[in-house]
Amino acid sequence: MQGTEAAVMDSSKSQNAPRTPRKRGATAEEMAGRQRDISVSEFFAKNRHLLGFDNPRKALLTTVKEAVDNSLDACEEAGILPEISVIIEDLQPDRPATAKSSRYRVTVVDNGPGIVRKQVENIFGRLLYGSKFHRLKMSRGQQGIGISAAGMYGLITTGKPMVIHTKPGAKQAAHHIELAMNTKTNRAEVTLDEETGDFPPLRFRTLTPGTRALSGEAGGFLDVQAYRSGTCVSIELEGRYQRGRGSVDEFLELTAIANPHGRFVFVPPSRVSADDEGDTPILAQAEAGAAAAAAVTTETQGVTVFPRGVQELPPETKEIQPHPKGIELGTLLQMLKDYEAAEKGTLFNFLQERFCRVSPSTAGALCEKIGLTSRRKVADVEPPMAEKLFEAFQNAKLAPPPTDCLAPIGVRQLLAGMLKGVRAEFYAASTRDAEVYRGRPFQIEAAIAFGGELPADETARVIRFANRVPLLFQQSACSSFKAVVETGWKNYNLQQPRGSLPVGPLVIMIHVASVWVPFTSESKEAIADYDEIRKEMRLALMECGRKLGTYLRKRQRMRREGERRDVFERYIGEISKAVNAITGTDARKLYDALLEQARKRTAQADQVLDEDGKVVKDEPMDEDGVIVVQSAIAPAPESDRISAPPVPERQPKRGKPADKPAAPAKTRGKRGGDGPSLF
Amino acid sequence: MAKSKSANAATKARDAATERKIVEMADGVAKRALGGREPMVAIPTRARSNTTWNKKKGILQMGDAAQERQLFNLNQAKSFMQTMLHGSSVKDLIAADKTLSLRGMFYKGLHTVAGTKEKTFADQDESDGILEDLEVSLGALREELHIFAKKAGTVVGNITLVDSGDEIDCRRMGSGGYAIPSIVEPDVIQFKKCEAKFVLHVEKNTVWSRFNEDRFWEKHNCILTEGGGQPPRGVRRLLRRLNEELGLPIYCLLDCDPWGHYIYSVIKQGSISLAFESERLAIPEAKFLGIRSKDYKACGLSDDVQIALNDNDIKRAKEIAAYPWFEAHKGWQKEIEGLLSSGFKMEVESLITKDISYVTEEYVPQRLKAKDWLD
Repeated sequence: MQGTEAAVMDSSKSQNAPRTPRKRGATAEEMAGRQRDISVSEFFAKNRHLLGFDNPRKALLTTVKEAVDNSLDACEEAGILPEISVIIEDLQPDRPATAKSSRYRVTVVDNGPGIVRKQVENIFGRLLYGSKFHRLKMSRGQQGIGISAAGMYGLITTGKPMVIHTKPGAKQAAHHIELAMNTKTNRAEVTLDEETGDFPPLRFRTLTPGTRALSGEAGGFLDVQAYRSGTCVSIELEGRYQRGRGSVDEFLELTAIANPHGRFVFVPPSRVSADDEGDTPILAQAEAGAAAAAAVTTETQGVTVFPRGVQELPPETKEIQPHPKGIELGTLLQMLKDYEAAEKGTLFNFLQERFCRVSPSTAGALCEKIGLTSRRKVADVEPPMAEKLFEAFQNAKLAPPPTDCLAPIGVRQLLAGMLKGVRAEFYAASTRDAEVYRGRPFQIEAAIAFGGELPADETARVIRFANRVPLLFQQSACSSFKAVVETGWKNYNLQQPRGSLPVGPLVIMIHVASVWVPFTSESKEAIADYDEIRKEMRLALMECGRKLGTYLRKRQRMRREGERRDVFERYIGEISKAVNAITGTDARKLYDALLEQARKRTAQADQVLDEDGKVVKDEPMDEDGVIVVQSAIAPAPESDRISAPPVPERQPKRGKPADKPAAPAKTRGKRGGDGPSLF
Repeated sequence: MAKSKSANAATKARDAATERKIVEMADGVAKRALGGREPMVAIPTRARSNTTWNKKKGILQMGDAAQERQLFNLNQAKSFMQTMLHGSSVKDLIAADKTLSLRGMFYKGLHTVAGTKEKTFADQDESDGILEDLEVSLGALREELHIFAKKAGTVVGNITLVDSGDEIDCRRMGSGGYAIPSIVEPDVIQFKKCEAKFVLHVEKNTVWSRFNEDRFWEKHNCILTEGGGQPPRGVRRLLRRLNEELGLPIYCLLDCDPWGHYIYSVIKQGSISLAFESERLAIPEAKFLGIRSKDYKACGLSDDVQIALNDNDIKRAKEIAAYPWFEAHKGWQKEIEGLLSSGFKMEVESLITKDISYVTEEYVPQRLKAKDWLD
């Protein structure tokens, strides 16, 4: 593959060569002299946009993202609840205000299992080296490009090596290693290698007033006690720090939503780059100190803490063998070759061992199909037979691949994540059953948050995740975006202009979990548009939408009932007085009798009639996957009513506000205190 | 104020009956409320669906359909309260033996609902509607509720009336005429001396002035009335009494347009909203003297008097043509057809283009002589 690339590149070079009056006459030998291997690192150094380093701003984000993804993967695989700190230091605080970019040091500290000394160079110093590429297992990273590419980018833009501190165990010393990648050889060159007792590096705790304040609390910030093991990676790079969409802030907010089992701390740089539009993060952040008890995002003197929302790790995911229907012919040939080299076994065994969902009888049947007995060696399988085998795979009746290899976030966790990150009044989430595309299992989850502090007249915000990693760019190229647009939100009492996102105070979250997420490119920004995937997305969104629709109708009814009761109560006093004036009947008795009726009737009448006067069944709101935050519900628009009820004569005063509509009794009484509740 | 004794006694009995009806209504509400049932008041429906055409009597009559006005109904809660408020106001009026105008009733019931910024009545129209409801609901007339409307209508002519004991000589009313009160029941107004042989009712005051100035009523020995467009109940009731008690034929001189036709229809058969009063307001014998669609040619009027029919006029004309009493009447069908096919309407004043007094000296006398009218 690399050879082909080289050839293409070289030929283009020769075409661009300056014209000479001499007739073109490069000989094959001359050309051969220029033809040589190019290393992966070199290729990506030249094509860094493929990896998400298009511009300084995105480079900064991608660096953070790759490091955080690795940390989360490592923690989960080791069964550790992740504790991840992201620190961005501005190394040129005195730069002129007009500077478009600056030099930053990005440091990500985790409490993961650490890395054994001899693997450090491979992990951080080589592209396409990793544990995740060769197996079908749900993980954030896939190709083994990420962190080393970030280090390479840093090296190219600043000349500074990567600094790694890693502590592989509680009783083992931490290593302090500095390494630079040689892009020609795709190997790391270590410039410093020492053992150290300073982990996590103390320096960070006194970096800013915010970190000093947080470090005071136990477990607040880089507390040594909390790091039995862990890794700390620092990369210096030319970047640009800005808030708003596609920023590090947004990435961390979203990561916290999709990973409620993690705790994240973000220390932003002391100043932001020039021409920062100053747009604040889109998701709401709590005021410092407010609602400290609840698990919501807090900010202390510039340092943002995304607390842990749930205490359980996601279930461990299993690695699976490829499904016969999910491979291509070339892959099959390669697998046959590999198997021959490794095992020299029979075709029968090959089919059983190297694929999932191939039972002994199926394997036998497949052998028969291509005219071979099950005892034939793999070595005897000729390419035409392999082709036949490939065809037989397509026609075979096979169970879909196992789905225990997937670890969806889960409805409860989705809700917890949304709850701490988005300030809304209504939350719903749903997890679909696993499905299959191209022989690879995947699972879709969706969640929506509605109302509360979300802006009411803007288009809904779509937040996308793949294997718990937020996708921040190329929204409209993403399958999930199309799925949102295709969903008929009007059915759920929302506005939706034709062919676009719904409009309203709405955040829509979509998560794709898969052993292999089909991205449209290596920078992993958009999910490829497979029909199977899009359909599942739509179904998940519809589930959430239905819950929202039910809620909105219910809310509307509750409001209407409130108004209705108000209307009745308003006039009852007048009526009692008038009747008293005509007949002499005791006004207070009348008032009480009528008030009692009013209260009874509004509760009844409301269930029986909708706005068109049709009989409707009361839909249960006690569904799974729904949270309603009563305190966030905007009050019904005040008409001309004020709070005191009409009081005839000696009517004792009533505390009206407490009797207001939508009283707790009507809303399941499941809320604990004023905080949001989960059910 | 020298009301006759019998009239006085009758008034008292009537008041007592009205008061009893109000108390009954309020009692029903109180009993239902205390008994845990929904308070309601039955209000006969004042809609076309509940109006029937009594062919034999030649009048519109109200059917038996009634609506229940409920307190616990979002659309009715407020009007329920208003009905009670007005009920209470009427009781006060009866007790004080005073009458109030419709506007006065609006103010009597007007205050801010306790504990809100909302007023009990948004405007007088709302109040007037409730009073009509109360009339039909109690089966009591407006005057029995001690309520009157503002005066709108004038009479002059060869008749002497007694109004609340005062003698009114309608021959000596100058240029302004005698304003017809809202309540013209026999206990208020008695006919004393009448030489007139018929009544000419014209649509509006301007035309009436023309006739009065020309002393038409003197020359033709009649009574001249006007009702300011759609005549109020007082005017209609007076016409009806003149027709019924004194046997005077009623001739109407109205514009040649759907509105004029409708006025005639109301005078003759009664209206939908007041169908419950048709029995004492409608004058089935009333005659339509003009203006007729044929008059444009018959009187040789100029193009200038034409007023083009608009879409609404056309729609209205077709509706009127479909009224059961017009539908079966060939003359009226022809008349409305003539109006529609000509495409324009004419006002009574258009006759002035011929001559200032053409209408009083030629048009009406000729028609009367020729007995050229519609009925």
